[in-house]
Amino acid sequence: MGVAAAVRRGARGVSWFVKGMLREDAYEKYLAHIAAQHDGGDGGHVMTEREFWRDVTDRQDRNPQSRCC
Amino acid sequence: MGASVDAPYGSPDNSDLLQQDPGLPPVALDEAALESQDTRWTPAKIAVWVGISLLGGVSWVVIAGIRGETVNAVWFVFAAVCSYLIAYRFYSRYIEKHLLMPDDRRATPAEYDADGKDYVPTDRRVLFGHHFAAIAGAGPLVGPVLAAQMGYLPGTIWIIAGVIAAGAVQDYLVLFFSMRRGGRSLGQMAREELGVIGGTAALVATLTIMVIIVAILALVVVNALAASPWGVFSVGMTIPIALLMGCYLRFFRPGKVSEVSIIGFTLLIAVIIGGGLIADTTWGADFFTVNKIALGWAIIVYGFVAAILPVWLLLAPRDYLSTFMKVGTIVMLAVAIVLVRPVIHVPAVSEFAAKGTGPVVAGSLFPFLFVTIACGALSGFHALIASGTTPKLVEKERQTRFIGYGGMLMESFVAIMALVAALSIDRGIYFAMNAPAALTGGTAETAAAWVNGLGLSGVHITPELLTETARNVGEKSIISRTGGAPTLSVGLAHIMQQLVGGTGMMAFWYHFAIMFEALFILTAVDAGTRVARFMLQDSLGNFIPRFKDTSWRLGAWITTAVMVGAWGAVLLMGVTDPLGGINTLFPLFGIANQLLAAIALAVCMAIVAKQGAFRYLWIVAIPLVFAAAVTISASFLKIFSSVPAVGYFAQHAAFGKAIADGKTSFGSAATLEAMQAVFRNTMIQGVLSVLFVTLSIIVIIAALWETWKAYRLGGGPSAEDTAVPSRIFAPAGFVATPAEKELEKEWAVRSAGTGRVRSGGH
Repeated sequence: MGVAAAVRRGARGVSWFVKGMLREDAYEKYLAHIAAQHDGGDGGHVMTEREFWRDVTDRQDRNPQSRCC
Repeated sequence: MGASVDAPYGSPDNSDLLQQDPGLPPVALDEAALESQDTRWTPAKIAVWVGISLLGGVSWVVIAGIRGETVNAVWFVFAAVCSYLIAYRFYSRYIEKHLLMPDDRRATPAEYDADGKDYVPTDRRVLFGHHFAAIAGAGPLVGPVLAAQMGYLPGTIWIIAGVIAAGAVQDYLVLFFSMRRGGRSLGQMAREELGVIGGTAALVATLTIMVIIVAILALVVVNALAASPWGVFSVGMTIPIALLMGCYLRFFRPGKVSEVSIIGFTLLIAVIIGGGLIADTTWGADFFTVNKIALGWAIIVYGFVAAILPVWLLLAPRDYLSTFMKVGTIVMLAVAIVLVRPVIHVPAVSEFAAKGTGPVVAGSLFPFLFVTIACGALSGFHALIASGTTPKLVEKERQTRFIGYGGMLMESFVAIMALVAALSIDRGIYFAMNAPAALTGGTAETAAAWVNGLGLSGVHITPELLTETARNVGEKSIISRTGGAPTLSVGLAHIMQQLVGGTGMMAFWYHFAIMFEALFILTAVDAGTRVARFMLQDSLGNFIPRFKDTSWRLGAWITTAVMVGAWGAVLLMGVTDPLGGINTLFPLFGIANQLLAAIALAVCMAIVAKQGAFRYLWIVAIPLVFAAAVTISASFLKIFSSVPAVGYFAQHAAFGKAIADGKTSFGSAATLEAMQAVFRNTMIQGVLSVLFVTLSIIVIIAALWETWKAYRLGGGPSAEDTAVPSRIFAPAGFVATPAEKELEKEWAVRSAGTGRVRSGGH
């Protein structure tokens, strides 16, 4: 593996980690979860990306989590 | 332990429930593989651990044993890291093997309750970062700074030994037990394990403790921003930046979190630089110089508004910014300390450690060192996080050790770095910054005279040094900037300028550090108010059912106002306190946090006892006894001490007598009004201390009772969820072991065959 390929691989790793940590990959995971269900999941309704992100913050509104000191 | 199905007590034996799907590759390493990767010692492995032990041992000798004039900061880093590695490899493994016994054949809530939203199996390395970002905040940065008045050694030993035996154990246990209970919260577990009385006491204690913690964090921000037009401008600007980011994510680019974080971060740097330019103008300095009382009110109003606004508008975007800043700054500080290797001139144990007359926080080493440094060594607040989001995201049971125990070690490392940063600045400057204005007199001349009059060996400062340092960091004055944040920022600026930019950049680094602390704290204030409001609504709902409906707008506003009013009152008390709010109130913060730890450990002890694991009960009992001894004795000193500087009621009585005698100034209070403020505040603080300690004692007694009952019966009922067989595999630690890599390969082949790829991983 050349240097450029190694750098690309490293950069992909960092981006994967940052996105995971900020939970930017939440929608992909949601879709993957739905796809894994036999009934198509969520009673057949699959949220669009926009709906999903609204739902994320709305759920936080209903169920707040503390941040530590 | 009960192996047969009819044994009602002890940890249920689930082996019959855990029949694995024969069509899948193994979901866990088998016992033999686990045992052999643990006990097979190759020469290389032995050499590595001998090396770590030697380096750690030498570092401890340098720090603790050799009495030179100076010690290099890099030894602190080595001592800490080597101790953490050894503790993680051996002690946390011991706890795993004997006490918790995680079973990777069991599905975690993230797997069996998977909904693609709240319950999502998450890569262990990502979850480690996520969990760390949720537990680490301003606490580990502030406490060690204040404790530095006792010298470097007491704080260092407590941070490292405390985290290994107490803090990380608590986090690991709570995370594991919550995970085994479907991600239940600490409050729910307390109710389940300790019964109605213990559970209710735990709930009320948690609620009041949150109020105190939020109030004192807010006080740290007020003290850092008072009379600092630069800080007020740049921190104030984070609100419009967050609003902008919130709208961007909501309406323009939903889900593009790292994109919006980079935009926000760029704007943040711009306002830090802009703040310097604006503070230099006359109008800017006039407009953004705000006194403490006005700032206190501003944070109260902000706290209320922020807590009733929807999450997407302010909290969520600021959370992203804060995570970004947090991880970035901590990595930056670690790199800088290793590269710059600052030299520390502070004595190992200072004059104030034994006498307890330290001007920063009053009280002797025991117990006050252990409450001054809470976060970083043992932080009860973590129990709320470890029983919140994280257990719902854990992919495999054995990963809880890396995430729970390892995550807390990481926070402890942050505390060590904060201690090093605080220790690296001149000791005279340290005391001039951290003593209340009543002592320093508030000007460079009086402060220098006071510091030199302390009679500390090797400490001599000039007023010019104090004014020059203030100018370098872009402030008008650094005298009596209590609360820890300004001192840490000076330390960080001092270290960073040696690496990047020189003295000319100090002001930028200083305000960068202030900004990142303020960001965490404002997020914690907002989130804490929301959580407290929900807890209050839930409790009130038992009497007025309508309050249970959290979407009821009026109810939400009323309960938010009550919670903000509660912490706001404590905040204003600290802000107006002539004794300097931090000096009086910070011990209350530490006591509150440690009491919460005692409550969490008490719940863990009851669970361990009900599992029948009495042989290993000491793992929980040692930190519990220590936390209880520290907090109860600290509370008793605060309640019963006859020394006015320490005891709230002694101070109350002294001021009451002075008022009755018709005096118009007394002690540090220059006016009758100030005297009345002290008289009133000490009463409230005293009552709060009584309340905390009573509630905690009730919880601990309830736990002892449950433990005794379980001991007599040989165990107790288990509240664990029923075991469900797992259908996924993932390694346990940061790096996959060879055996785990083999399994990963089998799974990779399978998912390639079925065309389904698991998310994550490289």
